Amino acid sequence: MPIAGLTGGLSWAALIVIVPLVGALLTGLWPRAGGWVALVVALLTLGTTLGGALHVWWQGPEIHALGGWEAPLGIALVLDGLAAFMLLLTSVVGLFVTLYALGYVGRQERSGRFWVLWLWLWAAMNALYLSGDVFNLYVTLELVVLASVALVALASGGPALVASMRYLLLSLLGSLAYLMGVALLYGAYGALDLITLAEQVTPGHLLMMVAALMTVGLMAKTALFPLHGWLAPGHGSAPAAASPILSALVVKVSFYLMLRLWLTLFPDLATPALGVLMGGLGGAAVIWGGIMAMAADRLKPFVAYSTVAQVGYLALFFPFMLAVPGGWRAVVFFAAAHACAKATVFMAAGTLQRAAGHDRMSELADVMRGRPISSFAMGIAGAGLVGLPFTGGFIAKWLLVETAIAGDVWPWAVVVVVGGLLAGAYVFRLLGPAFLAGRGSPGRPIAGIMEWSTLGMALVSIALGFAGAASLQLLDATVTGPGGL
Amino acid sequence: MITENLVGEIYLVCGALLFVLGVHALVVRPHLLVKVLAVNIMGSGVFMVLLTAASGPDLIDPVPHALVITGIVVAVCASAVALALMLKVRAATGQARLPSEAPED
Amino acid sequence: MEPGGFLLVIILMTSLVPGLVIFFLREQQFALRTFFNLGGAGLKLALIISLLVGVYRDGKTYSFTLNLLPGIDLVLAADALSLLFATLSAVLWLVTTIYAIGYLEHSPKRSRFFGFFSLCVSATVGIAFSGNLVTMLIFYEILTLATWPLVVHRGTPDSFRAGRIYLAYTLIGGAVLLAAVVWLTVLAGSQDFTAGGYLRDLYPEHEWALPLLFVMFVVGFGVKAALLPLHSWLPRAMVAPAPVSALLHAVAVVKAGAFGIVRVMNDVYGIQLAADMGMTLPLMGLAILTVLYGSVRALFTQDLKRRLAFSTVSQVSYIIIGVALAGPVGAVGGLVHLVHQGVMKITLFFCAGNFAETLGIHRIEEMRGVGRRMPWTMAAFTLGGLGMIGAPPMAGFITKWYLGMGALEVGQGWVIGVLLVSSLLNAAYFLPPILAGWFGRPQHHWSQDRFRDGLLETHWMLLLPTLAVAAMALGMGLLASLSISPLYWVTFIVEFEYGYEHIWRAVFEEVDP
Repeated sequence: MPIAGLTGGLSWAALIVIVPLVGALLTGLWPRAGGWVALVVALLTLGTTLGGALHVWWQGPEIHALGGWEAPLGIALVLDGLAAFMLLLTSVVGLFVTLYALGYVGRQERSGRFWVLWLWLWAAMNALYLSGDVFNLYVTLELVVLASVALVALASGGPALVASMRYLLLSLLGSLAYLMGVALLYGAYGALDLITLAEQVTPGHLLMMVAALMTVGLMAKTALFPLHGWLAPGHGSAPAAASPILSALVVKVSFYLMLRLWLTLFPDLATPALGVLMGGLGGAAVIWGGIMAMAADRLKPFVAYSTVAQVGYLALFFPFMLAVPGGWRAVVFFAAAHACAKATVFMAAGTLQRAAGHDRMSELADVMRGRPISSFAMGIAGAGLVGLPFTGGFIAKWLLVETAIAGDVWPWAVVVVVGGLLAGAYVFRLLGPAFLAGRGSPGRPIAGIMEWSTLGMALVSIALGFAGAASLQLLDATVTGPGGL
Repeated sequence: MITENLVGEIYLVCGALLFVLGVHALVVRPHLLVKVLAVNIMGSGVFMVLLTAASGPDLIDPVPHALVITGIVVAVCASAVALALMLKVRAATGQARLPSEAPED
Repeated sequence: MEPGGFLLVIILMTSLVPGLVIFFLREQQFALRTFFNLGGAGLKLALIISLLVGVYRDGKTYSFTLNLLPGIDLVLAADALSLLFATLSAVLWLVTTIYAIGYLEHSPKRSRFFGFFSLCVSATVGIAFSGNLVTMLIFYEILTLATWPLVVHRGTPDSFRAGRIYLAYTLIGGAVLLAAVVWLTVLAGSQDFTAGGYLRDLYPEHEWALPLLFVMFVVGFGVKAALLPLHSWLPRAMVAPAPVSALLHAVAVVKAGAFGIVRVMNDVYGIQLAADMGMTLPLMGLAILTVLYGSVRALFTQDLKRRLAFSTVSQVSYIIIGVALAGPVGAVGGLVHLVHQGVMKITLFFCAGNFAETLGIHRIEEMRGVGRRMPWTMAAFTLGGLGMIGAPPMAGFITKWYLGMGALEVGQGWVIGVLLVSSLLNAAYFLPPILAGWFGRPQHHWSQDRFRDGLLETHWMLLLPTLAVAAMALGMGLLASLSISPLYWVTFIVEFEYGYEHIWRAVFEEVDP
């Protein structure tokens, strides 16, 4: 039986985890070849996730029992629509970030460390998306935290270290709150497997406590208002190649986990009051982050506050889950649109920062004019953040507003529209200096691949604008609460 | 079901208590070493709660023990990272605590 | 999707692709940039003409559909109204491109300028060919995005202030429009534009939602059309270079707003439903207020370009009046003004640009005697100004005639009084510069005097487009009865729209004996 599992079971799900994991080991062994290994890994991972997504598309969700051990004893990997979508997003963004990092960390002495940590983080994220049991989710979540904290800490200097320490402590707090929820769940139901649990859970005080512990813990990791304080210093002071990973992908990991739990374990606990509370927090985040971004005077904290604002939209899945069946898909698509746009902005910001030698926004105009490719990419991504067509951001905004109106919870439509205007205000504050009169100067030399990969990432966010229907169809193949699968 | 015997109850209450104590220390105490220890105490609280799930009236469930062992491994790793980071913070800023002013938000 | 639908996509691409290529050209690559600019503009015009032939002679229909979301398509379609607007855009784009090349000679950042210029035209043509509200919203938002860099092109603090105000207005307008389009899509699904509207069945059921949505549409499109409380970005945007002003006022932005209102009135709600909801009269009142307000402000403005801008505020609302009259003849007057105003206003802006570039004239009083130094430009200015006043035989006269007849037709004779007052105001602010230009004593010297020794009074790339559009403005009035005139075309559209057969005979014969 185990033998059959070993031979017949090398499925897409397993490959998706194995490839980056092997890459991480290889880069650890041969730090000098780190960049090339990472590039190969990025391409292979994109291939395997595409394969996995197509598998889900054609044949529906796949459950892979590791080593042939079935649940409840074994650990299952579950590849369904939601997981495939997030994996695909991760590998597309990951590919461009890898290309960018090839130029960014290329000649640095300690570049090997970046590659090990990045591939390790990638493997951990992939494993998390595929995990089908609550304890395995905890372990992968912890791996994601440790790797991303180390990525922030790669930027030497006091502020970065303090920021990463703060990030680590808050994340550990969140993880342990989550683990406490796991312990209570196991105590009550004797199962860890999500699908088994989903069939057994009964609404009650215990489940509410579990939901509260897990949700608050994950909110802290997602940097959802009011637990967002760590994000701006953390993402703002990380190395330029790490910021896009953190802001575009790592934040989405804990969001994914929260969504997954609410879709499978706690759907019966969602009440309108909870929707209003969580949506209200999201709305507050949108406004607050927008205001802080307006007030920021340095480029990277500015972009990080924009993330605080945009994470606020993610909280809308609570009210949407209740209002419309499948309403959460709008939020997931938004997460993808935000990931592409935010990765682009952070990559461009890193380029400009390196070219200018600083990131004071008031003094970047020359370099922005002298680096039209990066500025252009930033413009496209900015349009994505505001939600202007033809970017994924427009489709995402459309879906959010449509869901809010169709579900008769139109105040959230107002939040989305006003948030878009606020984003418009701060994005054009960012782009404005590029149009000041005067000659541009390219600043210090920059590896060409950094600029072109940024542009590529920006084009992906345009491509996403045409992938709305396909994305929603893929997300339909998601394993949700009782009866699902 | 959570066990009805007294030992289980005690474990559960103590676990919860440790968890809360840990959260309190993590939030209130400024020194980083204390914060790292607080995280470990929180972890111990969670492990105690997990152990109550292992002791049933009829038979002993091995799964929670496996979970606790895995949890300990994870906690050790996290602690190691946290301690290393703490040393770097101390080297960079001269003190092993987070700056007293809140992050600008 | 018909195979011919790709023609519409190619027409969009003829300005989009050159625009994107131009972004990445170096500043010195003048010849290549000019090739892409003029090549794209010429190709677009040729393709639109072939489209016209296909539609009118061969009776083909063209549409292109791309699925964006379940139930929501990006639809490009060519009906008579969209062809009218697209042809206007293509013709004026070609002319403006030539003018802009001459105007911006030696100025910095031309690649960026022409890149966004082309994007802007792509968005306008996209609006013209939009087959449903979602598509229109998409191109409308792109237009905002593409015009902002043109407004701030000079990079001065003034232009940044103008850009900020422009963005604030248009982004808020866009947000209102987005909300309205989504809401309507939730109510009625995403339907293609249909002559006579597609909302009639929903009316009794949603008797408060539909009027509210109508107001939101008017606000969303009215921002760009510079309807009264939403107009103040337009005069400020005058800091932009003259070709941009021409583009904003005659072709792209303002017209996009007016076109949007026309579409919503005719093809989403349908005139009848809009009238039943009691929406046409308030809209007309708003348009009339805008007409009068713009004229009065123009009268008291001494800066030439600002005066033209307030004149635009006033003139564009004629289009709205025409549609809001809710009768076929008035609709002819409104729609034909879409074309007439475009051509006349672009003439005036080209002239203002010529004066500024050649002699450094920016204010009305500096125009004294300019007719002796620049007779050709001054003649074009005179034609444009007389057209705006509505003097026969200029194009503007046709507009006002039809609006007046339309008002009588629906029993709103008082509108004629408004037209009369407005014409007097137009005369009051256009005649003084014209008279001063021809008969005033020249100033001792102008602040600059370029091209003095040339064969022509100014750079040929500035003069020829000006004369071309002035001739068009004249021709559209003189030759209104020909079957190639905008008037004939608009009559055709309106007959189709209202299902009438005989507007042409009923009214036109009184105009042209």
